[in-house]
Amino acid sequence: MIAMTAAVTGTGKGANGWFPITRATVGYDHATHSGTEHALLLDFTNYDLGIEARVALELDLESGRALLAQLQSAIEAAEASGVALA
Amino acid sequence: MWNSFKTDDRLGISAQITTYKAGNDDEIHAYVVRPTGGGQVTGDGQVPGVVLVHHMPGWDEFTQEFAERLGRHGYLVICPDLYCRFGHGTPDDVAAKVRSEGGVHDDSVVADCGAAAQWLRRDGLLSGKVGIIGPCSGGRHALLTASRVRGFDAVVDLWGGGVIMSDDQLTPARPVAPIDYTADLDAPLLGLFGNDDQSPTPAQVDQHEAELQRHGKTFEFHRYDGAGHGFFYYHTPMYRQEQAMDGWEKVFAFFEDHLES
Repeated sequence: MIAMTAAVTGTGKGANGWFPITRATVGYDHATHSGTEHALLLDFTNYDLGIEARVALELDLESGRALLAQLQSAIEAAEASGVALA
Repeated sequence: MWNSFKTDDRLGISAQITTYKAGNDDEIHAYVVRPTGGGQVTGDGQVPGVVLVHHMPGWDEFTQEFAERLGRHGYLVICPDLYCRFGHGTPDDVAAKVRSEGGVHDDSVVADCGAAAQWLRRDGLLSGKVGIIGPCSGGRHALLTASRVRGFDAVVDLWGGGVIMSDDQLTPARPVAPIDYTADLDAPLLGLFGNDDQSPTPAQVDQHEAELQRHGKTFEFHRYDGAGHGFFYYHTPMYRQEQAMDGWEKVFAFFEDHLES
């Protein structure tokens, strides 16, 4: 099983609307819904609010790389813009 | 065997979620399927038992239907919710929480499955013998349980990955590779594998086979071309009809040989 977690601060929109996110888990394992055998599994959760407080993504590896690159680019652009708080 | 029942057999099953005393004396959920009559039940009114071990995606609908199929073929089945202590929700939400916490501990699974076998032995419907079967991580856990708990009469590993683990793959929840328990395996083993699978790879299946031979264990492995991981999973693109139906025949033949003799 491949699974890494990070404590995060933010909000996510789930089945019951927006809620604060406290944990991100990135895994690579069997997909539940994407139709592929395995997938990158991204879960943004807040288990203080219940097991269903979760925003889930299943991505293929190529999509994961593209997301990672653009996430990095967006962070760098935000920092370079001067409007981002440290 | 598939479609071997007689059309005038009054066969049936009852199935329900119940609780039982599992590892650490914790009361956890289990899905129990009981054959209720007809050609499934022998003259003395009893049947063999099977512990079904669910896969990594959780205690899900596929698992329940898997249990029902075993029940319709004449086995008293108990399938513990190995994720019960992590909370309750839809199977994928629960599985995500388990994943975020590093997975269920092997010791927890072995204890719950060992207790499930004891639960079967206390049931008046059991004729005597008990097998254990699981797909994916459930195959790995079935093998692990039959290696660490005495008394199983048959074990079926359906494409269980992680039987062979390098040191850097060991985790707090999975501290020992199941192959290291091969000397302790206490039951005949059936393994079904897809040659396109990456976990386990065909080379890992070969390595496992060599270790079983080295220890003189009773086993049979079947490898399927044109199939990868999870080829019984009719709810996913992994399903391979021909290989799956042959695989089911092998499962039922194996259980008939080792649980009904």
